[in-house]
Amino acid sequence: MVTAATNLRAEAPRPADAILVVDDVSKRFDTPEGPIVAVDRMSFNVAPGEFLAVIGPSGCGKSTLFNIIGGLVEAYEGRITVAGETIAGPHAAIGMVFQEESTFPWRSVLENVAFPLEVAGVAKAERHDRARHFIKMVGLDGFEKRYPAELSGGMRQRVSMARTLASQPKILLMDEPFAALDEQTRLLLGDKVLQIQQQLKQTTLLITHNITEAVQLADRILVMTYRPGKLKRMVDITLPRPRSSEIVSSEAFGRYVAQIWSDLREEASRGMLDDETHLRASGG
Amino acid sequence: MRASTSFFPCGKDVDGRDEPGHDGVVGRENHMTPPSLRDRVVPAALGLGTIVVAILAVEILIRAGWINGFIVPLPSDVAMSFGKVIAEENILGRFRATFLEAFAAGAMITVVGVLLGLLLYRVALLRAATETWVAALASAPTVLLYPLFLVIFGRSASTIIMMGFVAGLPPVILKTVEGLAGTRAVLINVGRSLKLTPTQQFVKILLPSALPTIFVGIRLGLIFTLINVVGVEFLINFGGLGQLINDLFERYELSETYAAICFVILVSVLFFVITEWIERWLRPAQ
Repeated sequence: MVTAATNLRAEAPRPADAILVVDDVSKRFDTPEGPIVAVDRMSFNVAPGEFLAVIGPSGCGKSTLFNIIGGLVEAYEGRITVAGETIAGPHAAIGMVFQEESTFPWRSVLENVAFPLEVAGVAKAERHDRARHFIKMVGLDGFEKRYPAELSGGMRQRVSMARTLASQPKILLMDEPFAALDEQTRLLLGDKVLQIQQQLKQTTLLITHNITEAVQLADRILVMTYRPGKLKRMVDITLPRPRSSEIVSSEAFGRYVAQIWSDLREEASRGMLDDETHLRASGG
Repeated sequence: MRASTSFFPCGKDVDGRDEPGHDGVVGRENHMTPPSLRDRVVPAALGLGTIVVAILAVEILIRAGWINGFIVPLPSDVAMSFGKVIAEENILGRFRATFLEAFAAGAMITVVGVLLGLLLYRVALLRAATETWVAALASAPTVLLYPLFLVIFGRSASTIIMMGFVAGLPPVILKTVEGLAGTRAVLINVGRSLKLTPTQQFVKILLPSALPTIFVGIRLGLIFTLINVVGVEFLINFGGLGQLINDLFERYELSETYAAICFVILVSVLFFVITEWIERWLRPAQ
């Protein structure tokens, strides 16, 4: 019997052996209307093998946080460390899966997945062997010679995931990877992510706005406020593992979803109101 | 688990895997089903049939007196004159000369155009300062500059090649800039996340991504190049097919003139086949 042991805390635990430490990180953008604080003094840790989901309404700075942790935004306040090493630009320990479709259309599935190994100078035979392993892991064996244009959206996202896994990152960083997919595919791909994460004991940080996805996959969920993006609440998800998408029908799952929605609702409403105010002010 | 490679239009396979065409994603493309024999043969036959019908129509209209036979020769006469043009006018040598001049100019517009396009892409100030001028140059009748080139290079193949080069260069530059600038940000970010060097980023991401657009520029450039190569051969009465067309026209051998024009079309077709072959080789996913 699944029970909802909702553990609400103002701050994430700080395990001594955290693999990812986000310490007092802020990011502001200068705009013609004045500076906008996208991320405001965010602090949290991720333990090795943990699956942390970051959830928040549109415009709360989730993707900015993704880019900062991934090293794509270098000018920020605060400090981020991976296995004790401060992040200053893209880091080999972090593998990124992007929201947008990011396969290389001119490369076959095999060549796409082998890409990080090719860049690292791994010999062709070896990199193809290793790529095939990850292609099989995401369930695309048999499609090695196909090109992205021949695949569905979900399959292409799995290719992107396999490519990121092939670089053997310590932390898998995903930004709404299934946002463009329908709900059924999203649930099934969630199963695949769970299976891979449990198989590899892969530390994973998922940025999402989908509550169901976050509860289905994560060990902890970090709820962000609407602009400026701050940590609103950290929720422990104590649903049993191994999990599958069947968990969505459980009572405990529903309680987690309701709990997180009650936190998010207020923020999403603020976001909506803010958008309307801006539109009115701009005469839109 | 069984690997599924079937060509189902959509849905899940027996393992619950999503088959191509199943899940909803913006801009999805599915080219899983190879074109049937009918799909390949019918358009080609229709295209060829249209040309044959058009030629027959011209033949009938000339014979009926609706088109002046002193201005447009009978297509059957043009067909009969191929033998004479080949036997008496050294058509193969002239074809070779025009092809090599156009090839040299084509290779130059490709190399120089892509490099200049890369430079404009990299240096924003230079791009802002020159892009309009390059676009203006693309539509300028540069063939009128041939007296200047004659002075510089003399009455030689160099003049013809350089005229072809100048005419064909702008589209390659413009399309290279467009292709590189059009590379999706997420692909560049994939490269950044994998810590690619600037050279790796260019060779492995920017260039392959821009290649289809660059090839559009090369094809456009080759059209301008070939027009100018044949045009300058005609104007300076030197070299290959352009000179032959000039000679035949001045002798008022209309059928032979049109037969020679067919060989110019053949050069053009050859270039397009070659560029398509190179593009397929560079980007097999096309």
